[in-house]
Amino acid sequence: MKTLFAAFLFLAATTMSWAQSAEQIVKESIEAIGGKAWDNVNGILYKATVEDGGMKIPVEIVYMRDGRMYVRFALQGMEITQMAYDGTTVWNTNFMTQKAEKSDSETVENFKRELGAFPNALFNYKSLGYQIALDGEEKVDGVDCYKIKLTRKNQLIEGVETPNVEYYFIDKDSKALIQTESEILSGEMKGKIEQEKFSDYQEVNGVYIAFSTTMGVKDGMSQTLSFTEIIINPTIDDKAFAFPAQ
Amino acid sequence: MKKLWYLMCAMMSAHAYLAQNTSINAADYFGDYEARQIGPAIMSGRVSDIEHHPTNAQIIYIGTAGGGVWKSFDGGVTFTSIFDDHCQSIGAVAVDPSNPDNSIWVGTGEVWTRNSVSIGDGIYHSSDGGKSWTNLGLKKSERISSIEIDPKDPNTVYVGVLGALWSDSEERGVYKTTDGGKTWNKIFYVNATTGCSELIMDPQNPNTLYAAFWEFRRTAYSFNSGGLNSALYKSTDGGKTWNKIHTGFPAGKLGRIAVALAPSKPSTLYAVIEAEKDSEKGLYRSDDSGATWKFLNGDFALVVRPFYFSRITVDPKDPEIIVKAGLFGSFSRDGGKTFRGLGSMHADIHDITFDPNNSQNLYAATDGGFYRSANSGITMEHAENLPVSQFYHVTIDNREPYFVYGGLQDNNSWFGPSSSPGGIEARDWELVGAGDGFRVYPHPTQPEIVYSEMQGAEAVWRFNTKTEQLKVIKPYQGKNDDKLRFNWNTPITTSKHSPNRLYIGSQYLHLSNDMGDSWTRISPDLTTNDAKKLNQENSGGLSKDNSGAENHCTIFTIAESSSNEKIIWIGTDDGQVQLTQDGGTTWTNVTANIIGLPANTWCYHIEASTFAPGIAYAVFEGHTTGDFKPYVYKTNDFGKSWTSIANDQIGSFARCIQEDYINPNVLYLGTEMGLYITLDGGANWSRFTNKVPAVAVHHLEMHPEKNDLILATHGRGIIILDNTSILRELTPATISKTLHIFDMKPVVMEEKGSFGGTSGTQEFVGSNPTTAAMIRYNLSKRHTFGKMSMEIVDAKGKFVCRLEPGKQKGINTVAWGFNAMAPKSAKGKTMSGGSMVAPRVPAGKYTVRITKGSEVFEKEFEVIYDRYSPFTAAERAEQQRVTNELFNFNQDLAYLVYQIDTWDNALEEYMKSNPKLGKHYAAAAKELDNIREQLVITTGDNYVGAAEPRLREKLGDIYSNVAGYYGAPSPSQMETIQVLHEQFKTQQTAYAKLQSGDLKKVIAEWQKKGVQLPKVMSLEEFLQVP
Repeated sequence: MKTLFAAFLFLAATTMSWAQSAEQIVKESIEAIGGKAWDNVNGILYKATVEDGGMKIPVEIVYMRDGRMYVRFALQGMEITQMAYDGTTVWNTNFMTQKAEKSDSETVENFKRELGAFPNALFNYKSLGYQIALDGEEKVDGVDCYKIKLTRKNQLIEGVETPNVEYYFIDKDSKALIQTESEILSGEMKGKIEQEKFSDYQEVNGVYIAFSTTMGVKDGMSQTLSFTEIIINPTIDDKAFAFPAQ
Repeated sequence: MKKLWYLMCAMMSAHAYLAQNTSINAADYFGDYEARQIGPAIMSGRVSDIEHHPTNAQIIYIGTAGGGVWKSFDGGVTFTSIFDDHCQSIGAVAVDPSNPDNSIWVGTGEVWTRNSVSIGDGIYHSSDGGKSWTNLGLKKSERISSIEIDPKDPNTVYVGVLGALWSDSEERGVYKTTDGGKTWNKIFYVNATTGCSELIMDPQNPNTLYAAFWEFRRTAYSFNSGGLNSALYKSTDGGKTWNKIHTGFPAGKLGRIAVALAPSKPSTLYAVIEAEKDSEKGLYRSDDSGATWKFLNGDFALVVRPFYFSRITVDPKDPEIIVKAGLFGSFSRDGGKTFRGLGSMHADIHDITFDPNNSQNLYAATDGGFYRSANSGITMEHAENLPVSQFYHVTIDNREPYFVYGGLQDNNSWFGPSSSPGGIEARDWELVGAGDGFRVYPHPTQPEIVYSEMQGAEAVWRFNTKTEQLKVIKPYQGKNDDKLRFNWNTPITTSKHSPNRLYIGSQYLHLSNDMGDSWTRISPDLTTNDAKKLNQENSGGLSKDNSGAENHCTIFTIAESSSNEKIIWIGTDDGQVQLTQDGGTTWTNVTANIIGLPANTWCYHIEASTFAPGIAYAVFEGHTTGDFKPYVYKTNDFGKSWTSIANDQIGSFARCIQEDYINPNVLYLGTEMGLYITLDGGANWSRFTNKVPAVAVHHLEMHPEKNDLILATHGRGIIILDNTSILRELTPATISKTLHIFDMKPVVMEEKGSFGGTSGTQEFVGSNPTTAAMIRYNLSKRHTFGKMSMEIVDAKGKFVCRLEPGKQKGINTVAWGFNAMAPKSAKGKTMSGGSMVAPRVPAGKYTVRITKGSEVFEKEFEVIYDRYSPFTAAERAEQQRVTNELFNFNQDLAYLVYQIDTWDNALEEYMKSNPKLGKHYAAAAKELDNIREQLVITTGDNYVGAAEPRLREKLGDIYSNVAGYYGAPSPSQMETIQVLHEQFKTQQTAYAKLQSGDLKKVIAEWQKKGVQLPKVMSLEEFLQVP
């Protein structure tokens, strides 16, 4: 019986050390990019100019701590909102009519379920009720990384509650986040892995932010955004987020 | 003695020094340098096992013979490969019934034990629905037939291990884990020659198991199915004890037994038994849980080739409905008394399944891929996006783009392009053979003539693809010859010296100088001619199986020297390497000079080096004796001595080698589990994994100009590694630099257009090579902190465009499509797509400049025009002149619109707060509107609500037409351009008049009143704003 108890203790300690380890890695990762300085960040404005195939397309992305956001680009003087959330409505600009349209109810529901993850879910996974675990180590782009598994709230896919898992790859040496991965849960790409890579970290107002992100499908196409300017706590008119009156 | 010791020490340290200073782990530096898979999937390839999610009909897993595991999320319409990093030969896939969304098991090693079957390396588990996998042991099991998971306890799993095909093995039988695969216990074992070919569980009572055991053995020259140890066993205590359940079974030796249980009535079982007497072979049924059996049916369709077809499946809802895999497949609605056939599909069916919740939906795994049926198998639909074709060989021609040629397991012979508009589609492939296909060669100078063959050279064809003339040209037995013995995969090759020459190997080497019309035997029997290995007509065991697959003591590889036509190497399947240096008059057997090679190890491939006539490589593989070690040798002296260049970095046995044409230290090795590369002549090998799965590579070819490496894979079709020349530059010196930009050969700008392809998502499309300039550089470590940017400048240092650099350690690839920046276009209500076109740069010298932190790295390269293009230099110059003119025109128009908008906005603002103003204010504003309306669209939308095009739209249209073509603009286009110039001039004049009229008055008044004038940027400033 004693042996069994000792074995249980050992097992509990082992499990705990893994859990702690994931927590510790995330904590160190946040500290590596500014730690407490992030507490003073309530919004971020990213500016970039995509120069794809010779075109120059100015892009502006805003994320606010309260969840409001927009992704907007300009094309030949037309301003197109690819996605925006004003606290109630998720919307975008219809490219054909240039008019704002609301997203479907499932997209809105899933968007709202993700609210609160600012600047990313590693910062406040506990308060959001997400779980993290160390899922081993992997090499990413030639860098030895910790692989952190983050289980978020379910997503609603075609009416079915579907598990929503994201993986964070953290450089073992620098502790910088260099990649995230998650499974695409709906559409024709269902089952493929969505990937985002981070590089060109630079300091802005005491926090470190990746000035380059590459988004795409694992082993497929991707698009890089290199930011020309990142502004912390920008002043953004509420109208910029709001679904325009029709 | 002491001296010798010192000498040895010195040699060892010299070797260590060399190794330390010249060797690199190439795998660390492959970075994003990746291969492309071109399929095809038109004929797909052998599928070995199908598994369903128990409740979600959309989720289907299939295991393939050599192409890994694929998952469908849409009921079998499309599939995604989920097992690329691991062994591609699959025996069984199982979905955990208690956690079917996440917990998936895969047993590797196919169990349909044909001559070309591959090997497995154990059991894998995924706890995330197939996204990641862990090998949980049984690594020497070689082939796993079944996985049964306790529905009440996911940690309890039973595994049927068929085991080694070519050798004795104690790793066979039934294994059990009770801790989710951490540990395994062999709970039932018969002997070293008899393995578990099928294991099933009673779903209502997981402690009840049935296990079929099969005594079997394959050699390179024979096959045996059956023996006194084959049997069907039952356990009712979770595998602790097992009893033979043979009451009603045939007596004597048994062969392979297929067994299935009716899920809706587990006391009903079916077994298909291979027995000694033909009259006792067939389907047996038990309705008392296996206690007694009754013979039902001995139809051909049920008993044919048990080693290849031994799967019987019962409808999950109806115990009387059963299907039997086989040559064509069989379906019974009366409990096995009678059978009907299934709808048309590829022959050789290995597994048939029912949708667990809708039995009318039926699925079949065949030699030609995966089929689905919505009407109980009456009609079958082929899945056309499974590129799991099993090539035996590949050759290429010298066309542009080049074509690839090859034959496949049970799927004929084909050729197709390495590039095609919109991607390489099923329609691009042309059929040039029947039966099993193997070596296919284009005529060296007449690409319309193709040579192909079928198994055992039963036919060798010469086919003129233009005139459609088809002739059998195989050599026949001469009056002084023994019966000709041709391998299943008979070697054919063309000559590098004489275009009409052709070689074929039986036990003799045959030569033709007239494209196969007449043949001369130019060798004696070059094999061991071992009578013990020439008894194929008695092969098969209880079911005779003399298909030609076991033909032995034959020539298998022929290599003619590229520098001397008299030098020919041959290798045989019984391990002989022979050389002639006088065109076949005399032959020397050099096998004995190869130290360390086990006797009679199959010589799979000889590569005659292009660097010197005495240099050759020989690759041997002994897997048909159970020897999975790689044997790769090099000779520099016509085979007098050989050096092994294989080591334990190579994970499996090897079949073929390709030497680089420039750097003799760069070699490519095709192995049973993927492609390996050495950059140092074989001292170090690294597996190349970027889009090359751990698939069996049966042959390699290299394009002499493009340096593309072409892989014939036995499970994932043709894979191409484009432009391998950068690997020559991957040296310790270059990788130690912070950043090294690789040399670029002059880059060709293709001058072609197309409307793309026609395939939908349900059809596989092979990737094309890029037509862009591929700028590649090596980073000694990943760039994570600080700025990094990349740009192209022209020969005068003028900025051309910006590109996004890759940041990973190792090779990074950035594609540049030869574009400069697009013109700045006028602001409008809608979009003008035409003016978004970026003009192409002219041919010339360019420099890529990478700025990483404070360091700048540069490399100059040349861009040249396409030699196949029909355009003259003068035509191109005219196209560039007019494109530039229109480019500036676009920007001038944009600037004018900007000025108009600026003044109009200022006027509008002022007029709002100052209602009592002179008429010239309103007149100026109106005139600005009028001019703008002529210049750009100011109403409508981007679709059917579009307004009539204005000058910007017309200009964009003609600009994109001119810039998008490579020759001079047409007279009609020039005329249109002239008209647009005139229209623009009219508006410029109107604006100038306004500036000197009403607008001038406004400005004067504003200046007088101290009103802030709007800031109007100069043209240069305006163009800088994105």
